[in-house]
Amino acid sequence: MADAPVIRVRGLVTRFGRHVVHDGLDLDVRRGEVLGVVGGSGTGKSVLLRAIVGLLRPAEGQIEVLGQSVRDTPPDAYRRLRRRWGVMFQDGALFSSLTVRQNVEAPMREQLDLPPDVMRTLAGIKVRMVGLPEDAQGKYPSELSGGMRKRAGFARAIALDPEIVFLDEPTAGLDPIGAAAFDRLIRQLRDALGLTVFLVTHDLDSLHAVCDRVAVLADRRVLAIGSIADMLDVDHPWVREYFHGPRARAAKIMPPEPA
Amino acid sequence: MSDTPPVSDRPCDVILDGDRLRLAGHLTIDALQTFDRAAAAELARRAVVIDITETDAVDTAGAWLLVALAGQGQGGRADIHGASSHQSQLIDTVRANMPPPEAGSETTGGMNDRLARLGGRIHGGAGAAVELVSFLGQVVATIGGIILHPRRLRLTSVVHHCQEVGWNAVPIVTLMSFLIGVVLAFQGAAQLSQFGAEVFVVDLIAISILRELGILLTAIIVAGRSGSAFTAAIGSMKMREEIDAMRTLGLDPVTILVVPRVLALIVMLPALGLIADVAGLLGGAVMAWVDLGVSPAAFQARLVGNTDLWHFGVGMIKAPFFALIIGIIGCYEGMKVGGNAESLGRLTSTSVVLSIFMVIVMDAMFSIFFAVVGV
Repeated sequence: MADAPVIRVRGLVTRFGRHVVHDGLDLDVRRGEVLGVVGGSGTGKSVLLRAIVGLLRPAEGQIEVLGQSVRDTPPDAYRRLRRRWGVMFQDGALFSSLTVRQNVEAPMREQLDLPPDVMRTLAGIKVRMVGLPEDAQGKYPSELSGGMRKRAGFARAIALDPEIVFLDEPTAGLDPIGAAAFDRLIRQLRDALGLTVFLVTHDLDSLHAVCDRVAVLADRRVLAIGSIADMLDVDHPWVREYFHGPRARAAKIMPPEPA
Repeated sequence: MSDTPPVSDRPCDVILDGDRLRLAGHLTIDALQTFDRAAAAELARRAVVIDITETDAVDTAGAWLLVALAGQGQGGRADIHGASSHQSQLIDTVRANMPPPEAGSETTGGMNDRLARLGGRIHGGAGAAVELVSFLGQVVATIGGIILHPRRLRLTSVVHHCQEVGWNAVPIVTLMSFLIGVVLAFQGAAQLSQFGAEVFVVDLIAISILRELGILLTAIIVAGRSGSAFTAAIGSMKMREEIDAMRTLGLDPVTILVVPRVLALIVMLPALGLIADVAGLLGGAVMAWVDLGVSPAAFQARLVGNTDLWHFGVGMIKAPFFALIIGIIGCYEGMKVGGNAESLGRLTSTSVVLSIFMVIVMDAMFSIFFAVVGV
């Protein structure tokens, strides 16, 4: 299997006015892995995600997804490239005027020419795969709880069987049981669909449960990347605070301190 | 599994080989677009084994197709052979999530259904009318409370809204009314000159502008401008739970959001009506001068001498009522906005249409009333 990274970011610079978010950021995401991206608030995790999927034009730098540049691609190639990833936004970002099933059908309807009954069935399968109950299919997003909206957003992100899924804080705002279930779901679907997952999160439990590698954003770049065990050895105040703090201990990343 | 091209142009081949159904090529959602499912299902009926050794890509849609074909096979379940471990995991996942048989078919249409919908709509409409009236009552009661305790009035907010709905609307209202005056004079002159009664154009303009058009058109413009703005502003606050936050902080949204807007309208709409009256008369006078040669002095003399002051009074009396209608409906529809963006758009347009409609209904009722009391 080729070891070329599915996402390759080199020298990324993004700024808003005078505020520099990323300054020379490099990142590789390998095929089939779950990469957790962590960092304090305002370190540009979501901005990085937006830059990679092309929602935001960086000031400088190269971004390649599946070997193709996201920035300098003709619109047609970008369209085809875009089909190979799915994005789940923080609150699901479901279309509020469509039901859950129509939301999942939406990408199929736009990109493909499938008979309605096939779309319906496939959307139904996706909705069930993310663990939503049968009656949720006909509901509107405003009738769903936050956790269900996130699941529905996930279902829409994987509607076209993408190779890469970008998840923006999938477990934020969920109760611990719901968050754990979502973590399981990510792993399960990663295994079943062979996904590469780019996971932006704050949730230490989540990192511990699903991520193969962790990338820490700080000081406008990727400060460290590696397994969670590697992170414990990183000598940086924020990283130490994050992975050695009481919450990290609760998430069993760290061995408990001897009494 | 090698790098799979994003969009496959290679269709999936289906070959029946004895009791073995061989699938080759891409078994993906793209291939499904051109795939002849009926023919494949026909072949699958005679198959015991479905062999996918020769397929080079299977996604969820393909796995669904396999499971569906397997269900068509002999004995209702053909075996799927040749799947890689990854593929069989996918197939198992899909099989576990297949739609339940007998997915309930929705029955729509039919006379009963339509009747039920009609009844539901009438019931809903009546309910909304009751709610609207009770909202009106709530606002009036709150205003009453503010009259007793003037400190509760949000004066800054009232002034802000006075500027928004009143001052900022002056240019458009003036222009519109001026043009209406021009048009009335022009059309009136064309008709009246046939009888040599050109000078009555002054009465025509004065009565129609002062009594009806000035205030009615102002109310319609304000409904479109400010009524929709009220709904959109309050509706987006409702969507972002700001209204709920106010309630939990012990702040009354009616006092804070609705009353200042309604009061500002009640104060400003008569003022705008007055401006519209003046502009309309001015437009009429200009046109009468240019087109008919009625000099401004003659226009003024006839206007002052021949027009009952009550015509102006009738127009002004209606203004606060129109203001109340626009304000109440605008705020009420905003309060009704639910969680989604679509309801905001829908209710904003409802607010404009309903308030214009109610303003015209109210105007008709005033006409009857003034005819009865004889002004």
